[in-house]
Amino acid sequence: VAEVEVGRRAAPFTVPVERGKVREFARATKARRTSYLTDTHAVAPPTWLAAASFWIEPENHVLGGVFDYSRTLHAGQEYVFPGVPPRAGDTLTGQQRVESVYRKQGRRGGELTFTVLLTEYRDAAGTLVAEVRQTIVETERAAQ
Amino acid sequence: VTADTAQVTVGTNLPEFVDAPLTRTDFVRYQGASGDMNPLHHDDERARAAGFPSVYAVGMLAAGVLGSWVADQFGPENVRRLAVRFREQAWPGDVLTYRGTVVDCRTGADGERLLDLELRVTRQTGADHLVGEATVVVGAPTS
Repeated sequence: VAEVEVGRRAAPFTVPVERGKVREFARATKARRTSYLTDTHAVAPPTWLAAASFWIEPENHVLGGVFDYSRTLHAGQEYVFPGVPPRAGDTLTGQQRVESVYRKQGRRGGELTFTVLLTEYRDAAGTLVAEVRQTIVETERAAQ
Repeated sequence: VTADTAQVTVGTNLPEFVDAPLTRTDFVRYQGASGDMNPLHHDDERARAAGFPSVYAVGMLAAGVLGSWVADQFGPENVRRLAVRFREQAWPGDVLTYRGTVVDCRTGADGERLLDLELRVTRQTGADHLVGEATVVVGAPTS
């Protein structure tokens, strides 16, 4: 099981909140509000930042090359918005770090390691606009 | 689809959303929108080679539908938190039902009225696909 250093940070990255991407994401998540389609500064759907994580470089991933992905599962995901969530037209800066690592005994034996990755997104003024937590669980043995 | 937020109190169940049976097109559309190109969600041959009976749903698809469903009812600008934990996998043809219950009504740090919701997405078998929580703003500061 990989040992991950709590507090370790990756390089920051820029996320343009593109209107077309907001619209496409709203459609893909079966949203019924028309604001996503008509408002040039539409507030993005709550999990929209999921899209940002697939457009970053290895140096922006705090676990780049550390994990054995055959033994990991995505256990959970959390989005926290201190105020109104990001809007189309915003440009955010994201930075990922390891927030915590904890262990639990699995139901079928074997220890499970939970790693919580926190990505903070800030606006141009440096104000925190979103916190995204991804919880990854790693088993001692390969998943069956 | 907008919730009448004045009528929402602790114990209120949101009107449930029974989605159409999941299709591979749902998976592909979500994967394209998010940029997640994991082939196990759209390439049956690759999924079978990895030991699965077929492609299976992207977990973040139902998480996203859940988020958009909450945002449809309370306004995307009013969502302050959404958290999900993944349970059983979902498969093409599955019928997912989205449910939510108001479990707390409280005043936020800036005096705004907040609702805490417990959320659940179940398969047609009754098993959970994912469970979660959300917090939404339903009223401006009172003072």
